[in-house]
Amino acid sequence: MSRDNPLIGVLLDESLTLTLHELCEYCGVEESVVIEMVREGIAEPIDDASTEWQFTGRSVARIRIAYRLRRDLEVNMAGAALALELLEEIETLRKRR
Amino acid sequence: MKFKDYYELMGVARDATQDDIKRAYRRLARKYHPDVSKEDDAEERFKEIGEAYEVLRDPEKRAAYDELGSRWKEGQEFRPPPDWDFQSEGVRDAGAFSDFFENLFGGASGHAGGRRSTFRGKGFDRQADVGITLEEAFRGAERTLSLEQVVSGADGRPQSRTRQLNVRIPAGVTEGQQIRLAGQGDPGIGGGPSGDLFLRVRLLPHGLFKVNGKDVELELPVTPWEAALGATVRVPTLVGKVDLRIPKGSQSGQQLRLKGKGLAGKPPGDQHVVLKVVTPAAQNEAQEELYREMAKIMPMNPRESLERES
Repeated sequence: MSRDNPLIGVLLDESLTLTLHELCEYCGVEESVVIEMVREGIAEPIDDASTEWQFTGRSVARIRIAYRLRRDLEVNMAGAALALELLEEIETLRKRR
Repeated sequence: MKFKDYYELMGVARDATQDDIKRAYRRLARKYHPDVSKEDDAEERFKEIGEAYEVLRDPEKRAAYDELGSRWKEGQEFRPPPDWDFQSEGVRDAGAFSDFFENLFGGASGHAGGRRSTFRGKGFDRQADVGITLEEAFRGAERTLSLEQVVSGADGRPQSRTRQLNVRIPAGVTEGQQIRLAGQGDPGIGGGPSGDLFLRVRLLPHGLFKVNGKDVELELPVTPWEAALGATVRVPTLVGKVDLRIPKGSQSGQQLRLKGKGLAGKPPGDQHVVLKVVTPAAQNEAQEELYREMAKIMPMNPRESLERES
């Protein structure tokens, strides 16, 4: 790996816009999983009414965590969504300290 | 190779029922799940528990494991008995489990438990934390990361190797944000594409600034006369020192905002300056007299609100 050519990644923040297809690729999940997560409020399309969903980079981390929680802890999607929200609240409280 | 006592790892008795084992697994998985756990060794423990459960949940594997008997202790040097013959179906990823597991159960059917999220033989995604200073977050930085990676050796056995990656961290990142490096995760299986690498930004504590999202906060000590009369003072920011006007009649705890002096972004964050009035110590008679004089000339009751409440 050359020192002169650092790898440049994609920053998964609010300024990044992803289509449903790209989001699936980033998260390594099927479209049906994302659709279910949108229904649970885990991922939110930028414009819900639009014919083609788009998401910000922030959805990637949320979907990946929710997916792992559901798979590894054998909770359902609503349970994963609840855990995710509590985790984010803990993170916010921790930062404020 | 070291013996693994799967019963001990899961904290269940050797005669535990399948229900007991499932309950123990769920409890431990919640405790050590890397996304949830606060334990330092969560990832390691979670893998161990997953491996133990993979064996104990499956009656065939459990029966075979039980035949080894109870004479082995966790961590003891171990060789499989010469007549060991466990037929495993399917191929699982190299290196997800310990050598001990691989030797006894080979490429067991990993898919039943849904341990893998990938399809078409894509390699595992990897996740790593990268700690950077606030200055690096502001200006951007380069980091050389060492990643432990498990690959299939020439003999098909999993091998561990260390990979060096030189990565550019873009300017304006904040705590908790993630950077995706496509194709930099674990190698694919059977010619499949490599997994991806997700870097999570961790901001190291800073001597002067606290960080909240894109905003930074600085506590600024001021004298009582600077606060009371107003003053212009030099204040550090991420881009160097600037002049800040403290308005007349300021109080301790008041916040002043330096717009756009936080971390980069669209829009950039702000710098909040929190005033902290520091009272000079009265160290001689003349100074004490001055304080007494102040008490006379400008009497005040700072606890008025407390008295109203009670």
